[in-house]
Amino acid sequence: MRIGIDVGGTNTDAVILEGDRVVAACKSPTTEDVSSGISAALSTVLGESGVAASAIDAVMIGTTHFTNAVIERRRLLQVAAVRIGLPATRGVPPMTDWPGDLADVLGRHCYMLRGGHEFDGREIAPLDEAGLLDVAREIKAKGLRSAAITSVFSPVTAVMELRAAEILREECPGIALSLSHEIGRVGFLERENAAIMNACLADLSTKVVDSFRSALRHKGISAPFFISQNDGTLMTPEHVESYPVLTFASGPTNSMRGAARLAAIGDAMVVDIGGTTSDVGMLMQGFPRESAVAVDIGGVRTNFRMPDVLAIGLGGGSLVRDGGARIGPDSVGYEIMKKALVFGGDTLTTTDIVVAAGMADIGDRARVANIPAETIATALDTIHRMVDEAVDRMKTSADKLPVILVGGGAVLVSCDLPSASEVIRPENSGVANAIGAAIAQVGGEVDRIYAMEGRARDEVLDEAKAEASANAVVAGAIEGSVKIMDIEEVPLAYLPGSATRIRVKAVGDLAMKGAEA
Amino acid sequence: MRWLEVGDLEDIAVGAAVLGTGGGGDPYIGKLLARGAIEAHGAVRLISLDELADDEEVITCGAMGAPTIVLEKVPSGDEMLMALRHYEAISGKAVTAIMPFEAGGLNSCLPIVLAAQTGLPLVDADGMGRAFPQLEMETFNVYGVPAAPVAMADEKGNLALVETDSAAKAEFMARGICIRMGGQASLVNYAMDGATARRVSVPATVSLAQDIGRVLRQARVDKTARLNALIDFFGTTHYGHAELLGSGKVSDIERKVENGWSVGIVSILPFDSDVPYRIRIQNENLVVERGATVLAVVPDLICVLDIDTAEAIPTERLRYGQRVDILGIRVPPIMRTPGALMVFGPRAFGLTAEYVPLGI
Repeated sequence: MRIGIDVGGTNTDAVILEGDRVVAACKSPTTEDVSSGISAALSTVLGESGVAASAIDAVMIGTTHFTNAVIERRRLLQVAAVRIGLPATRGVPPMTDWPGDLADVLGRHCYMLRGGHEFDGREIAPLDEAGLLDVAREIKAKGLRSAAITSVFSPVTAVMELRAAEILREECPGIALSLSHEIGRVGFLERENAAIMNACLADLSTKVVDSFRSALRHKGISAPFFISQNDGTLMTPEHVESYPVLTFASGPTNSMRGAARLAAIGDAMVVDIGGTTSDVGMLMQGFPRESAVAVDIGGVRTNFRMPDVLAIGLGGGSLVRDGGARIGPDSVGYEIMKKALVFGGDTLTTTDIVVAAGMADIGDRARVANIPAETIATALDTIHRMVDEAVDRMKTSADKLPVILVGGGAVLVSCDLPSASEVIRPENSGVANAIGAAIAQVGGEVDRIYAMEGRARDEVLDEAKAEASANAVVAGAIEGSVKIMDIEEVPLAYLPGSATRIRVKAVGDLAMKGAEA
Repeated sequence: MRWLEVGDLEDIAVGAAVLGTGGGGDPYIGKLLARGAIEAHGAVRLISLDELADDEEVITCGAMGAPTIVLEKVPSGDEMLMALRHYEAISGKAVTAIMPFEAGGLNSCLPIVLAAQTGLPLVDADGMGRAFPQLEMETFNVYGVPAAPVAMADEKGNLALVETDSAAKAEFMARGICIRMGGQASLVNYAMDGATARRVSVPATVSLAQDIGRVLRQARVDKTARLNALIDFFGTTHYGHAELLGSGKVSDIERKVENGWSVGIVSILPFDSDVPYRIRIQNENLVVERGATVLAVVPDLICVLDIDTAEAIPTERLRYGQRVDILGIRVPPIMRTPGALMVFGPRAFGLTAEYVPLGI
C-alpha cells in the first residue's frame, strides 16, 4: 500500500491507496512546522483504516511549501549568482528583470565570468578558472552558503557548470550548489532565474525534507518516501534537498493526475471547479500537457515544466447577473456560507442556481424557490457554455475527449458538454491532489539542439529517446517499465545542418521493495 | 526631437511584436538590453527623418540569425558598437545618426542600445516597416542604396566586412558569416546620407511601435474596444488602413520544409462557419486565404492577436484552440510600388497570389 500526502497552504490531505482503491482519505489543517500537520493526517488515515505502518511500501508527498516561500519572500538564503558566458550575456546581468524586493532579499551577489558554449557545443571562451577562484574567495568573505551556476548552452554541454561546481566546492566547503542544467532547459535567463531561486531555498529544503522525515518516523513508517515535482514525476528526498525549485506548481499536476486515476482514464480533459475559479487542463497518457510559454513565479520569469492550465472565473460562489446571462468572474469566495441565498444571504450565486434547479441539496432550498425559471435555465446554460468553451480551448485537436469533473464546485455541471465525449464525476475527488501524489511515476528528459544533416532522423530520435530513458532509470524507474511519453521537434530557422531542437520525456514505474504492482 | 526613456520601452516592445507579423523574434531581451543601455548612458534622442540634415552620415543596424539563439546566448550589448567602429575604421567616415533596419520584433529595440552607447540620435524610421526574413528586403535596397559594406560583429569581438555588388549577395554572404559567429550576428549596413534616408525610408516606425503599445495599453478595459482602438489608430497613420480579416479558433497547425523554407500552415476556424482561414507562414505570416479567396498577402501585415488581450502571438507560440483575431494592416505607399513588390512582394517568397493592397 502507498500513502499520498498533499501539503497545501491551507490543508494537508492524506490518502492510503491499495492499487487503485482508496482505503482511507482525510483533510486536516496545515501547520506552521509542517511536521505536526502531516503527523495528524497520518494518524487519521492509519487510525480509520486500521492499516499498520509496516504495511506501507512508499509515501509520496506533494507540497507548495517552496513556491509559497518565494511568493512570500520568507526563509530565503542570500545567493551568489555565478554566470559563465562572457563576453556573451553581459548586456543583461543576473536578476535584471526581478522584482526589487526579492532581489534585495537574495542580496544581489552577481558574478559574470568568461566561458560558455555555442549552440553546436564549441566554446564561446575557455572557462575563467582564475576568475572563479576570486569569486570563491568573495563568497567565503561574504559568508554566502548557496550559489547558482549558469553557463550559456549548458543544456547542450554541461562541462563548464560541472567544472565550476568542482572549484567552488573545493574552495568553499559545504556550499550548496544549484547547477542550471539540472533544473531548466534552453532559454538562458529563465533557466538562470530558476537556478537562483533554487539556491535561495537550499536551507529551507533541508528543513522541510527533515520535517517530512521526522513526521514519518514518528508514525513508525520506515518505507521510502518521495516528493512530486511539477511534471507529475517523483524525486527522492535527497534530490529535493538539492533541487527544491522542481516542486514548483506540482499542485495542479497532482490534482490532474489524481483525477485521471480516479476516473481510470489517461487521455481526458480535467475541470477542477473550486469556489472562485475553475482550472481546465488536458491529460495525455495520464500526464498534464505542459505550458509552452514563460511562467512567472513570485514575479520572476521562468520556463519550468508546468501544466498548461486555463483558469476561468467560474466557481461555486460566482455571482449570477443579468438574468443568468453573466456569471463571475467575481465570487463571494469563502463567505459563501454567509452570502449565498441558500445560506440566508442576499447574493445570487451559481450554488443557488443549482439548488433551485434541484441538482444539489445544499442549504435551505426554500430560500431560492422564487428565482424565475428562465433565470435558472439561462444561468445553467451560461455555466455549461463557459466550461465547454474552456475545455474546447485547451484541447489540442478537434477530437472529442472525456471530461473529468473534480473539486467542490463539480456539482455545477449537470448536463453533457458538446466538446466532451462523456462527462465523468469520480468519487473522492476532494483529495485528487493527494491521490495524484500517491501515483506519481519517475521521469527522465532530454532537451537539446541536434544537427540533423547527414543523419537519419530516426537515428537522432532513437539517440534522444535512449538518453531520456536512461535518465529515468537513474532517477529510480524500473528499467523495463520506462516508456517514451512525449517527443517534440522544433526545426530552428536560419541555422545550418537542419538544426532541430528535440525534447523527449520518458517515464517509468518507481522501483519499490514492496510487492505492489 | 524627443527623448526615449526607460518608460517608453514596454510600449515599443508590445508594438514591435505586432509589427513582427508573427516573426522577428521576441522583443523581450531587446527591451532588457535597451533598458540597461539607457540606464548606463542616458536617454536616447529620437529624431524624425525631417530633422536629418542632407549631409548627415546615417547607418542602419540590427541583428541577424536565429531568434532561438538569442534566447540562450544573450548578447553582450557591445556587438553593434563593434560593428559600427569597424565600419567607421574601414570607411574613414564618422557616423552621425543611427537607424533601425527592421521595425518589427527584436530588432526594434537593439538600435536603441547603439544610440544610447554612442550618444548619436536614433532616426524614427526603418527599411521594412514590419519584420522580414532577409537583409535585402529593405526599402533602402528598393530605392537604390547599396546594402554593402556590411560590417558584422559577434560578442567575442570577431569582425567581418562584406563587400559585394548586390543586396541579395550581401544577404547570402552575411548569412554564412552569421553561422560561423554562432548563429547570431550584429551588423551595420546600408550607409547613406541624410537626404537619401529621407527618400528611401519608411517614416516614423519607432513611434508607430510605441503608439501601438500605448493604444493597446489604454484600451485594456474592454476587449472589443482594444481591437477597434488599434484599427482606428492605424487609420490615422501613414499606413492608412487596418481591418479585422476574421476571427476564430486555431484548428490545425501543419509544419513542413518546402524549397528550403520552413513553412507552416495555420488553419483558423470561424465561430459560425466550417470554412477555415488559412495562414501561410515563412518566418512571418505571409498570406491569409479563405477558400479560394486571398484576404491579404505580403507585404501587407498579417497579425494573429489573442482575442482577449489583443496581444500578438508569434508563430512558434500558435497552438490548437487559441481564440484569435486576424488583423490585416496595409503597408504605406513607399512599400507597395512595383519596385518594392519585386523585392518583398508575393513573388519574392515564391507565392503566386497577386498583391492587392488592403482597403483599396
